[in-house]
Amino acid sequence: MLAAGVKAAFGFCGFYVAKADTRLFNKASQVALVRLDDKTVMTMANDFRGDPKEFAIVIPVPTFLERDQIHVGDKALLDHLDAYSAPRLVEYFDGDPCTPRYPEALSVGAAQAPAAKMAREKSLGVTVEARYTIGEYDILILSAKESTGLETWLTQNGYRIPPGASAVLGSYIKQGMRFFVAKVNLKEQARLGFQYLRPLQVAYESPKFMLPIRLGTVNADGPQELFVYALTRKGRVETTNYRTVRLPTGMDLPVYVKSKFPAFYKAMFAEQVRREDMRSVFLEYAWDMAWCDPCAADPLSRDELRQLGVFWLGEAAAGQQGQAQEVFLTRLHVRYDAAHFPEDLAFQETGDRQNFQARYVLRHPWKEAKSCPAADQYRKDLARRQETEAQALATLTGWRIEDIRRTMGVTALDEKKWWQKLWGD
Amino acid sequence: MRDPRPYQIATLALLLAYGLARLGFDVPALHVFLILGTALLTQRVLTDACGLPRFDPRSALISGLSLCLLLRTGSPWLAASAAVAAIASKFLIRCNGKHVFNPTNFGLVASMALTPRVWVSPGQWGHSALFAFLMACLGGVVVFRAWRSDVTAAFLAAYAALLLGRALLLGDPLPIPLHQLQSGALLLFSFFMISDPKTTPDSRTGRMLFAALVALGAWYVQFRLFRPSGILWSLAACSAVVPLLDRLFPARRYAWAPEASGPRRPEEGAFHGAQVDLRSGDARAGRGGEGRVRLLRLLRGQG
Repeated sequence: MLAAGVKAAFGFCGFYVAKADTRLFNKASQVALVRLDDKTVMTMANDFRGDPKEFAIVIPVPTFLERDQIHVGDKALLDHLDAYSAPRLVEYFDGDPCTPRYPEALSVGAAQAPAAKMAREKSLGVTVEARYTIGEYDILILSAKESTGLETWLTQNGYRIPPGASAVLGSYIKQGMRFFVAKVNLKEQARLGFQYLRPLQVAYESPKFMLPIRLGTVNADGPQELFVYALTRKGRVETTNYRTVRLPTGMDLPVYVKSKFPAFYKAMFAEQVRREDMRSVFLEYAWDMAWCDPCAADPLSRDELRQLGVFWLGEAAAGQQGQAQEVFLTRLHVRYDAAHFPEDLAFQETGDRQNFQARYVLRHPWKEAKSCPAADQYRKDLARRQETEAQALATLTGWRIEDIRRTMGVTALDEKKWWQKLWGD
Repeated sequence: MRDPRPYQIATLALLLAYGLARLGFDVPALHVFLILGTALLTQRVLTDACGLPRFDPRSALISGLSLCLLLRTGSPWLAASAAVAAIASKFLIRCNGKHVFNPTNFGLVASMALTPRVWVSPGQWGHSALFAFLMACLGGVVVFRAWRSDVTAAFLAAYAALLLGRALLLGDPLPIPLHQLQSGALLLFSFFMISDPKTTPDSRTGRMLFAALVALGAWYVQFRLFRPSGILWSLAACSAVVPLLDRLFPARRYAWAPEASGPRRPEEGAFHGAQVDLRSGDARAGRGGEGRVRLLRLLRGQG
């Protein structure tokens, strides 16, 4: 739903190295990070929709990866995670004020964000430590002694390296990182019959709990968008070198937002980014995976969680259908560029198990023409309430209050000036 | 020279208010009350138990406020027990008549080591330059009044040199180490924790060495072990070396500012004899008798 909304550049940790001058407009990446102790399973997807042969990706990884540490996952897993954790709307319907009763939550809607994957290869001055074909991908694990060697190697092997990448590559080389290079094996892709690129998954053991975002900012035109779904056992995940801020939540909004929810989410996020001077990471969801309230989508099943890499779920219960436990999901959303996010994202798991969701409330007014003293009072209160809703929406999104009122079909409340109250009737 | 602690208390309280109101710190009001209350209560109880002449809430308040600023937990009990640990460490873990750990640092590190339900959020201060500047100014005032700006300066210089060195080595652009340095948590640590005059070495040489050690340790934890809150772990570890540094480089001990008349400082004063050292810092100082004579002279002069 939101897909069109969050227009993001791919490349949270890698960059496209397209052979032709294909412009890539997809800028949203999704990463699921499953982490316990020093063990990490990372699932990476982006919403690349170009020609698969144009796609290649270079990702710094903390350790060497054996063949069976790499896996091709199912895109539906990330879509499900996204749907489950996306900001949501809750609707309530006002009852007849003449016969009052309790309001009831009726339905929910959710905004969703995008996802997908890719690759490329060869050697010279650079060690190709391993070469695998996994699923529709050809994958190389490279190590290098110096950045110019690596850059030369990549260029000679048909990768277009953006200017400025050399220094960043050099930094990663000196930090002992390897490079995970992937491109699409067209034959394999045709054989397997996938129309889109499935997410790549890697499992490794390293104390580094981070996401390398620097390469992605090198050739980025404009800020990029990244969603991180952290699945941990203990509690919420936050960034240690940037502020993690909760999205504003819980406001009553005009009911017309229902049909414009993706636009609302986009505008609201942009406004929050602006307020934080684009220097913060936003928390959109933090919840024990066993349940949700309201549920934008069902919690992930044990099987899905295992596929995502949640390795600590009891084997015994693996087959059983039902909801997961011992998994705490944190959804982080960050819009970044090199100027505001010079460093890679570093994370820590906290002991915080407080639930958080970005949730917005729509209250449908009671519209019947009935009259009773309570109804008169209700209508007066309603006008005031709608004004508050309009203001909340304006504050959240930066939209003009006049436009909001017009769309709502309400006029500004006639607040009497203080002198009118003083001398007026 | 006046007692710097009222300034510290005011500054920390201001920072806490700013953090709660503007930065959205995850600290429920209940925790603030619990931490402050428990810290004061522990101070009170142990003051009596140790037979100290007078209950002095100031140091306990500083430790409590610092804990409120740094400690995060979902459990009110853990918040309160961290405050107990912080204050109790001051009375119980002593060497040469001086407590070994900065109380806040001990409370944090002990809690984090014992339970994953306590953590510190180093990123929550953000990197706003304006805020960094404000913190530096406020911190400067406090440090200046506590005569220990040398530790802060030495630590910041050493840590900055390590970060810059790392960036140079990796070929990273300058904004990276600058971003790492513009951290509210780092400034808070430098100006309000490592500068604690009661737990830093007595001599200036010792303090310089100590500051460099803490910086090195922090860098190691952060960039070699890849664990967050490196500065806190490093300070705790290095504090254990302070008695050795004091032995190698003896000097007069720091005391909170003198009172014009009346008994010597309460609490720590009662343990090791307060000595007034207005020019403090250098290692020339004599110990024992000579210092006491100076104190008497000074008191007489003031009286």
